[in-house]
Amino acid sequence: MLSVRPLSPSVGTPYLRLVVAGFRQQAAYRLAALAGLVANTTFGFLKVALLLATVQAAGGELDGYDVGTMSAYVWLSQGLLGSVNLYGRSEMAERIRTGDVVVDFLRPLDVHAGAVAMEVGRGLFALLPRGVPSVLVGALVVGMTMPTTPGPYLLGAVSVLLGITVSAATAYLVAATGFWLVETRGVALLYMVVAGFLAGLYVPIAIFPAPLFWLASASPFPSMLMYPVDVLSGRVDGLASVGLVAAQVGWLVVVGALGQLMTRRGRHRLEVQGG
Amino acid sequence: MTSHIIETDGLTRTFRVREGVRRRTVVAVDDLSLRVEAGEAVGYIGANGAGKSTTIKMLCGILVPTSGEVRTCRLRPVAERRRLAREIGVVFGQRSQLWWDLPTGESFALLAAIHRLSPADAAARREELVERLELGEFLTTPVRQLSLGQRMRAEVAAALLHRPRLVILDEPTIGLDVLSKQRLREFLVTERRDHGTTLLLTTHDMGDVERLCDRVVLVDRGRTVHDGSLGALSRTVGAQRVMTVDLASSVPSLALPDGATHLGEEGHGLRHRIGFDPDRVTAAAVLAAVSADAEVLDLSIEEPDVEDVVRRVYRSRR
Repeated sequence: MLSVRPLSPSVGTPYLRLVVAGFRQQAAYRLAALAGLVANTTFGFLKVALLLATVQAAGGELDGYDVGTMSAYVWLSQGLLGSVNLYGRSEMAERIRTGDVVVDFLRPLDVHAGAVAMEVGRGLFALLPRGVPSVLVGALVVGMTMPTTPGPYLLGAVSVLLGITVSAATAYLVAATGFWLVETRGVALLYMVVAGFLAGLYVPIAIFPAPLFWLASASPFPSMLMYPVDVLSGRVDGLASVGLVAAQVGWLVVVGALGQLMTRRGRHRLEVQGG
Repeated sequence: MTSHIIETDGLTRTFRVREGVRRRTVVAVDDLSLRVEAGEAVGYIGANGAGKSTTIKMLCGILVPTSGEVRTCRLRPVAERRRLAREIGVVFGQRSQLWWDLPTGESFALLAAIHRLSPADAAARREELVERLELGEFLTTPVRQLSLGQRMRAEVAAALLHRPRLVILDEPTIGLDVLSKQRLREFLVTERRDHGTTLLLTTHDMGDVERLCDRVVLVDRGRTVHDGSLGALSRTVGAQRVMTVDLASSVPSLALPDGATHLGEEGHGLRHRIGFDPDRVTAAAVLAAVSADAEVLDLSIEEPDVEDVVRRVYRSRR
């Protein structure tokens, strides 16, 4: 299993250190990661059965997907599921609800950036026990078509990192509604329903009917899952794949700015629950 | 501005409270004007709901005042939150600033990074805190596995790692056993002596106030009702220590020195309760007087607690 070495007391960029801390924190929950892997893989087989049958029924090709690329979509998206926040809950939501967020405001840090940094660290850790094995299972048991040149993998790695970051920054917005609402479970539930669908978790957004496709494209959700999967699987390549990564950067700027604004406003609303 | 490390003028905070469908405004802090000099140790006491925590939150910039002025370390707490965070250390007895799932030592490493301490400075300070607060044995233990006493020591170390000029402690000894309390108090006394740190603490524990503070500010319903030494406060309200003695033979009445009063007896004169004012008569003198009448088998002395003092002040005001 993974071993965690104690950090040296040396000092680095605070936000980078928070990413590392999130990574290590997530490493404390190995059993949960294993359970997550089992769930991901089970649903992966379900998805693969349905979607491959659909592709075959369509005559071996469906909106640009063949059996091999559809399988790649399924296993990459399942693999990213542990790292990308599509359920809307976060530690920050809990901290705002309980009032522990006051501790964050007592640090010489940007509270928003700090919270997102830790979430990104957690997401990156989940790639190890959930992402990689899920893709391996798919590749070995079902088989999938992956690129044969290094380009898609390099850009794909950037895209995955951006996907994790966009999702952490968007889930932060759900948490930040807690400054006004206190209890954010309702918002998180709404987020979960919308995010999973528009991120392309159930079916690739390329096979959506046109209006839904445009709706998804006008939201940050495909940046979390669909675009990283498209870039990494090589389904979208060349200039078009750079375009997807640029879209991710764009969405990160948008949700990031919104997070800054909500934190600034929310801080003034903060009345600190309990004591 | 002046040399005051804390300075408030007419500081006021109100909350809107829902009561069924109606809304009511509650004044948590009312027109507070407080000056604290650098190097002072101030006990900020009052009953639950007196406005202590609300004041502290405004001093640290995590709660916006409804009106009035506040300067902490000569900074505006809300507008200059991040700068202020480098100058102050805050311990909330009921909240943790450590990372629950990480080894205790890693919380310190992270905080050193967050405060951008130089590696040499961070290492030296960490060593000092580990030694003085006896943290060495659990640095590799995840925070969630620490005992309350260990955790509070780690919390205090976390708040003091960046050598803050002002340390604010909200109920730092709550729930701790006598020994842990003692250790923590000794540490704070040393820290203040060696680094000239200013302390502001809220507490329900008279021992904290007696051993740590040279000034007591008592608040009632958001207003200051006493600002001075603890002795002066005890004298104003006549708080006294209570000695309970168990005697070998029953004695109906005792001859007591001036400054001591007989509060009552139980068991047909076998147990007596005597109140005395420590400024006027020593415990030894009271005991000597009792021993002259009968053999003393056992005794206990109760300190006046903060609640008691507070209750007396409140009662005298209503």
